[in-house]
Amino acid sequence: MPVSLLWAVDVYGRVYSLSTAGQQWEQCRDAQMEFKRVTAAQQCCWGIACDNNIYLNVHASDLPVRYQEETYENQRWNPVDGFSDRLLPSDRWQLSDVTGLQHQPLDNFRLPSSSWEWEGDWYVDENFEGEPTEKEGWSYAIDFPATYTKDKKWNSCVRRRRWLRYRRYKAMDTWAKIPSQQTTLPDPFSDISCGGWEINEEPRGRLSLWAVSLQGKVWFREGIYHHNPEGSLWEEVPLPGEVVQISCGPGDLVWAVLWEGQLIVREGIGRDCPKGTSWAMVDSPSPDVGATHVAVGVNVVWALTKDNKVWFRRGVNSHNPCGSGWISMVGEMIMINVGLNDQVLAIGSEDRAVYFRQGVTSSELSGKTWKVISVPRDGDRSHSSASAHSLQSAGCYFCGEVRAQSLVSDVESDTEKGSTDGASCIITSSSPESFVDAPTEHSDQPIETPKSRIPKVTSDSFISELVSDRGPGKTSREVRSAGPAVLEEETIPLEGEVKAPDVGVSLSPSQSVGPLDPQWSNVDLEEAQGQQAQTGAVVDTADTSSLSSVATFTLAMEDPYGVDEHPMWAWVSGGGCSVDSHTQLNWFNCSMNTSSMVQSVQSMSLSVTPAQTAAWRKQIFEQLSERTKREMDNFRHYEQAIEQSVWVKKGTMQWWRDWKPHKWIDVHFALEQFSGPEGNKDGILFIYYNFYEEKKYLHAFVNEVTILVPVLNDSKHSFAIYTPERTKQRWPIRLSAATELEMHDWLALLSVSCCDSRGIQGPPSKQAIWSITCKGDIFVSEPSLSLEAMPYPTPCDQMFWRQVGGHLRVVECNSIGIVWGIGYDHTAWVYTGGYGGGFFQGLASSTDNIYTQVDVKNVYIYENQRWNPVTGYTNRGLPTDRYMWSDASGLHECTKTNMKPPSPHWTWVSDWTIDYSVSGGTDKEGWQYAADFPASYHGHKTMKDFVRRRRWARKCKLTTTGPWQEVPPIPLSDVTILPCAAQSSVDVVPLWAISNKGDVLCRLGVTALTPAGSSWLHVGTDQPFKSISIGAASQVWAIARDGSAFYRGSVSSQSPAGDCWYHIPSPSKQKLKQVSVGRTSVYTVDENGNLWYRQGVTPSYPQGSSWEHISNNVRKVSAGPLDQVWIIADKVQGSHSLSCGTVCHRLGVQPLEPKGQSWDYGIGGGWDHITVRGNSMEPPRVHLPSLTERTPLPVRNTEINSSAVGC
Amino acid sequence: MADDKDVLRDVWFGRIPTCFTLNQDEVTEREAEPYYLLLPRVSYLPLVTDKVKKHFLKVMKAEDVEEMWLEYEGTPLKWHYPIGVLFDLHASNTVLPWSITVHFKFFCPLVAKKLQYRDLLHCTSNSVIEAHFMSSIKEADALKHKSQVVNDMQKKDHKQLWMGLQNDKFDQFWAINRKLMEYPTEEGGFRYIPFRIYQTMSDRPFIQKLFRPVSPEGNVHTLGDLLKEMYPAALPNDGEQKRYQVVIHGIEPLLETPLQWLSEHLSHPDNFLHICVIPTPTD
Repeated sequence: MPVSLLWAVDVYGRVYSLSTAGQQWEQCRDAQMEFKRVTAAQQCCWGIACDNNIYLNVHASDLPVRYQEETYENQRWNPVDGFSDRLLPSDRWQLSDVTGLQHQPLDNFRLPSSSWEWEGDWYVDENFEGEPTEKEGWSYAIDFPATYTKDKKWNSCVRRRRWLRYRRYKAMDTWAKIPSQQTTLPDPFSDISCGGWEINEEPRGRLSLWAVSLQGKVWFREGIYHHNPEGSLWEEVPLPGEVVQISCGPGDLVWAVLWEGQLIVREGIGRDCPKGTSWAMVDSPSPDVGATHVAVGVNVVWALTKDNKVWFRRGVNSHNPCGSGWISMVGEMIMINVGLNDQVLAIGSEDRAVYFRQGVTSSELSGKTWKVISVPRDGDRSHSSASAHSLQSAGCYFCGEVRAQSLVSDVESDTEKGSTDGASCIITSSSPESFVDAPTEHSDQPIETPKSRIPKVTSDSFISELVSDRGPGKTSREVRSAGPAVLEEETIPLEGEVKAPDVGVSLSPSQSVGPLDPQWSNVDLEEAQGQQAQTGAVVDTADTSSLSSVATFTLAMEDPYGVDEHPMWAWVSGGGCSVDSHTQLNWFNCSMNTSSMVQSVQSMSLSVTPAQTAAWRKQIFEQLSERTKREMDNFRHYEQAIEQSVWVKKGTMQWWRDWKPHKWIDVHFALEQFSGPEGNKDGILFIYYNFYEEKKYLHAFVNEVTILVPVLNDSKHSFAIYTPERTKQRWPIRLSAATELEMHDWLALLSVSCCDSRGIQGPPSKQAIWSITCKGDIFVSEPSLSLEAMPYPTPCDQMFWRQVGGHLRVVECNSIGIVWGIGYDHTAWVYTGGYGGGFFQGLASSTDNIYTQVDVKNVYIYENQRWNPVTGYTNRGLPTDRYMWSDASGLHECTKTNMKPPSPHWTWVSDWTIDYSVSGGTDKEGWQYAADFPASYHGHKTMKDFVRRRRWARKCKLTTTGPWQEVPPIPLSDVTILPCAAQSSVDVVPLWAISNKGDVLCRLGVTALTPAGSSWLHVGTDQPFKSISIGAASQVWAIARDGSAFYRGSVSSQSPAGDCWYHIPSPSKQKLKQVSVGRTSVYTVDENGNLWYRQGVTPSYPQGSSWEHISNNVRKVSAGPLDQVWIIADKVQGSHSLSCGTVCHRLGVQPLEPKGQSWDYGIGGGWDHITVRGNSMEPPRVHLPSLTERTPLPVRNTEINSSAVGC
Repeated sequence: MADDKDVLRDVWFGRIPTCFTLNQDEVTEREAEPYYLLLPRVSYLPLVTDKVKKHFLKVMKAEDVEEMWLEYEGTPLKWHYPIGVLFDLHASNTVLPWSITVHFKFFCPLVAKKLQYRDLLHCTSNSVIEAHFMSSIKEADALKHKSQVVNDMQKKDHKQLWMGLQNDKFDQFWAINRKLMEYPTEEGGFRYIPFRIYQTMSDRPFIQKLFRPVSPEGNVHTLGDLLKEMYPAALPNDGEQKRYQVVIHGIEPLLETPLQWLSEHLSHPDNFLHICVIPTPTD
C-alpha cells in the first residue's frame, strides 16, 4: 500500500502531517502562516489560514497538472485572395471557439491565477483526427459549420485550424492562496470540507469542496478537476438555518451542524449533481444537548455533542443518507474526522491528543477502541527556542480571538476549577463576575511569570465558538453579528460598536474591560512583532472573547512548559490518509496492548537506523557464509548424521470426479514427501476414493505437477492441479477443501513441495515468463534454455508455473528484471523483487519486500424492462423474456440482493449504482434501448424500441499481499517495457504506458536499480490510446481507441519520447485492440480475435507495409526479444474438454520465417494475460540440416498452420 | 541482499564435521576405525550418534558395553546442550574436524571426579530428549507469549516440531515454529527474550534472566545491552584488547544487532538464543 498522509493542525496553528509509514509528525515548513483548519484529499490539502483566506496545497505528482487552451482560426476562400481571414459578415470570428459562437483572440487567454504558468507559446495543431495534415494544420469544409476533412476539395470554401497552448499549474507542494471572489463573498470562511471524489467516474482530481462562512452560510466550490485544482467559483447553497460546521464524505454524504444544535443532511447528491438538491433535518443525538460537530465517510456518520460525547449514526448509506438512529460511543472528543475507508480520527477533549479508532472494518464500521497516536514531532527536540518564537507569532496572527480566549480561560480556571475541556466556556452575559476576577488575575500574571503568557491559542476556536454561544438567543445573535467584524480587516462598524483603529475589532460599549488594556498592551508591545498584534490586544473585549471563547486549555495554567510534554492538537483530517483494518501502523509505539497476536514474523518495527541495520545484518550474512566455507565446504564427503525419511501429510477433501455424472465426492488426500537418491526432494500425491464400494486411488508425482491454480468461488474453496497429461486433456484434478484456510495451507504446502522437487527457490529470474488468470492471480514460469529451441522446443504443457502473491490484470516485464503490473482498478504496481505473499506464508515467502495490495473492481447486473402500450416500460416482461434482473447474457437471474462478491476474498465497498459508461451510450437514467432481447442497444429511445435495459455496478474490494509496490498517482490501462538487455544496472530503460484516460506516457528514470522510475513524461496525442508496445531498436507502436495503429517516429535514447505519430491504417474493417513488438516482429490483435503480423518492417521503413492474418480466436499476444510469439487463445479443444483463455506458443519461428508455423498449447483455460518479454535466452543452436525441410514438426499436440486455434 | 529467511536456513543446515574415535581404554576385539560424520549444529548428540554407536559396537564385546557417552579433550559432552553450543563452547578456534572421544564405560577417573555429570550424560531414550526439547520450547514460549502460543497448539503440532528436528526437516519444523516467532506488531517484540549465556570459565551452567527486547522508553535492546546487563565482563573495555568472543552458531554478531531479530533468526529449535562467551584465542 502506498504511503499517504494524515494532516493535523496543532493549537498554535502549525500544520503537521504524519505518514502511514512514518513514526513522527512532520511539520509543514512551507506554511508561511498559521492555519485554523485543514481538509485533505489524497492529492491535495485545503486549509483556512489565520488570514481567513483559503489555501490549497497540491501534492507534487508525476503528472503535471496542465490544461490545453485551444482556439480556432477560420478562413474563407475568395477568388481574389484565395483563402484569407476576410470572412462574410454572417460568418464567425476569425478566431473563435470550436462552435464559432465565441470570439477568442489569442491574447484574450489569461492565466487563471498566479499559480499557473504558460508552458510555451501558441502553436498550430498539425494533426486532424489522428492523422497528420498536409500543411499548417488546415481542415476544409464547404461552409461553416460543416464537416471538415483534411483534404482540400474543389468545393472547399472555408477552412480552419486549431491553435493550442498549454498552461501548467506550478504551485505544487506549497500553500497557494485561492484568489477570493470579490463580488459575492461577504464574510470569511470558518469551516471547510472536501470529498465527493467517489461520486462519479471522473479521474482523480475531481472534488466537492464545501465551506461555511462566519455568518453561517454554506458555499460550494464549482469546477474542481484535475486540470483545474483550484476550482472556478463559489456558489451559495440555500439553507434552512445557519450552519457552523460541515462535513463531506468521499461519496455522496454531506452533513452539517446548525447553530441551534440540529444536524442537516444534503439530499439528492449524485453523479450529475454533486451539489445535491435539498436538506433534510436530523435531531441532535441528545435532546438537551445540541450537536457541535459532525464527520461523515462513505457509509458512516459520527457526531459530537456539546458535552463532548461521541455518537455514531446507525443505518447510513447512500439511499438513506439520514440513517436511522444514534448510538452513544465511549470517549470524550472535541473534534472528529472520518478518513478514507471510513476510518475515524478524533481529538480528545481532555488531552487534545489525536486518537485513531481501531478495528473499523466494512462489517464493523463503529470500530472497537480509541487508540492514541503517540509519535514525536520533528520539531520536538529543538522546541524551546524555535517554537517559543512561533508561538508568539501565532499569537499575533490570531489577533483578537487569541488573547481574549486566554483571558477567559484563565478566568475560568479560577472560578470553575477543573473544568478544563473546550466545551465548558463562558458566556458573558451569564457570568459577569468572572470578568471582575479577570483583571486582577491577569494584571499579575504577565509580570510575575512571563512564561505563562504562552498563548493558549487554538486554531479551532470556531468549534468552541459555537459551543460557547449556545445560550440565550440574544447572545448568540449579538455574537454572530459581531463575528465578521472581529475577523475582517476592513470592517464596517456594526450597530454602534466602536471601531478600533487598525484591525477594526469591535468593542461593545457594555463591557467593562477598559482598565485591563494597558496591561495587555504593555505585554504585547514587549514581544509583539507587528502592529496588528498590538491593536488586537488593545481592543480585546469580553464580547469577542465570548465569541471566540473557547477551548480553555489547561497547559498554561498548570504548567507553562507543558507544551513540551505532548502536542496539543486542534484539527485533524484523514481524507488523504489511506488506512484500513489491514494496515500496520507505527503510530502507537508507546502504548502496549497485548490483545492481539498479529501474524508478522517480518514486522521489525524497531527504531534502528537503516545504516546500522545494514552493518549488523551484513555481518551476519557474511559470517554465516564464512562459517559454511570453514565448517562444511571441505567436508562435503562426510556422511550426514540424519538420514532423510518419508514425511506424510494427510487430510480429507472433495474431488470433482473423473467419471460422469461429474460431481464432488469426499476423498482422502495425502502428500508423501521424501528425499530422492541425490538428496533432491520429491513427493507423490494420493487421492483415495471409493468407486462402487471399491477403494481406489489416483496419484500424481509432485515433480510432474505443472501448476496449482486456486479456483475460489462463493460455494467452494477449490483448486486445480495440472500435469502435462491433464493439460492436454483440459481436465485438471479439481479438489476442494473444507475451509479457505485449509485450502491455503494445502496450496502453500503443495507449492513448496513442487518447487523443492524442481529445485526452484526464491524470487523469479529476470528471464521469467509472467501470466495472469481471469481471477487476477499471478503466475510465473522459469523458461528452460530449450523453450525457444529449433526444431525441438520444450513443449508448452511441460512448463512449470508457480504463483506469486498479488492481484493484477496486466503484467509486463523485460529481461533485466523490471516488472510492472496494472490492477483491475488501473493502479500501477512495480515488482519489488520478492516472492510469495498472498496465502504463501513463512518460508515460501520473502519478507522484506511484500506489501499490502488492494484492488477494486465492479460487479455488474442488468435491469431489463419491456414496453407495453398501457403502462409504458415496466418490469413485467413476456413469459419468454429474460429475468428482469439478470447478468449480461440474460440467462442467469442476478438481483441486487442475491448477487455476491466474486469470491470470499472480495467485499462490497459501495452500494449498487447505475452505470452510465456502457458502450453504446445511455440516456439520463442509464437506460439503453433495443427492439428486443437480445439485440444491440443504443442510448436513446426510438419508435422501434420495445425493450430497454440498464447496467448497475457495485464496487468490491480485495486486500492481499504480494511483492508489488504502488506507482502513484496515475491510473494506467497499458504498459510496456523495452525488452532488450541494458548494458548496466544504471542504464535508463524506456517504459511507456497508456493512462486510464488514454494519454500516452513515458516513464523517466527507470533502471534495474530503480524499476519504479521517477516521473511521467506526457506524450501528446490527438485522441485517446489503449495499447502500446516498445520493441527492439526503440520501435514504439500504439493502438488508438478508434482501433487504428500508430508508429512513433524518432524514438531513441537521446529522444526517449520520439517526435511524432505516424498513422497506420488497421486491417480492413477491423478495429485493432492490442499490439506487441518484439525484435523485428510487430503483432496486433483486433476486436474480433484475429492475430495480425506486420509485413515489410525494415530498419529503414519501420512502419511496414501491410497486415497479414496469422490466426483467429486470439485474445492477446506477446512478442518477445527473440521474436518469439505467445498468445492467449480462446476455444482450445482438449481431449476431455474445451478451454478458453489458453497459453499458446508459436512454433517454427526463425529469423527468415518470423511468422512461425503452428501453435503449441500450454496451460489454460482461464488465462487472461502473458508476457514473454523477459526471456532473451538464445536457445542452443542445433544444426540438423536434414530436418529443416521436414514438416510437420514432431511436437505433440500441435496443429499445422494458421487457423489452427480455431475449431 | 539476501533475505532474512536465508539466515534460518543457514542456521538449520549448519553442520560440524566430526571425527569420532574410540577411547583408548575401551576393550576391543580389533582396532576401531575412526568414524566421520557431519553433525547438525541445531540437534542433540543422542539424536545423531546412532550410526557412531553401531560403528563401534561392531568391534566390541557386548559385555564390555555399558552406555555410550562422549568427551572432548577431557570435557564430557552434555547431551542436552545443542551440538553447536557444545562445539562453540569447547572447540571453536580448533582444527576441524572436531575430534570427539567415544566412551562406553563410566569407570574412568575423569568421570568419577565429576559425578554430577552422570545425570547429564545419562540419556536412556529419545523420549527423554523429546521431553527436554519440548519443555525448552514451552519455557521459551512462557517468556515470549505467556505460553499462549504453545498452549494453543495441538498435540500434533508439538509432534511436528519434534519430528522436524529429529528428522532434520526444515520445512516441517518451521511450518509450526513460525507461529512461535510471531508477536503483536505494536509491541515491537516478544515479552521477554529466551536466552542462555554460557561461559567456559565458570562452574555455573549458564546465565538466564528476564530481559525485554525493547526498553521502557521504547528503545530497541541490542546484544550489547543484554551483555552489559548480564555479563559486563564479556564486553571489551575502552582501548583494551578484546578478551572474549561472543559466539552464536559459530559466528560473532555485532553488538549492535537487535536482540529481537537475533531471537527470531538465530535461536535454536528449542527457541532459546544460546550465546557462548569464550576467551579470545591468544595466538
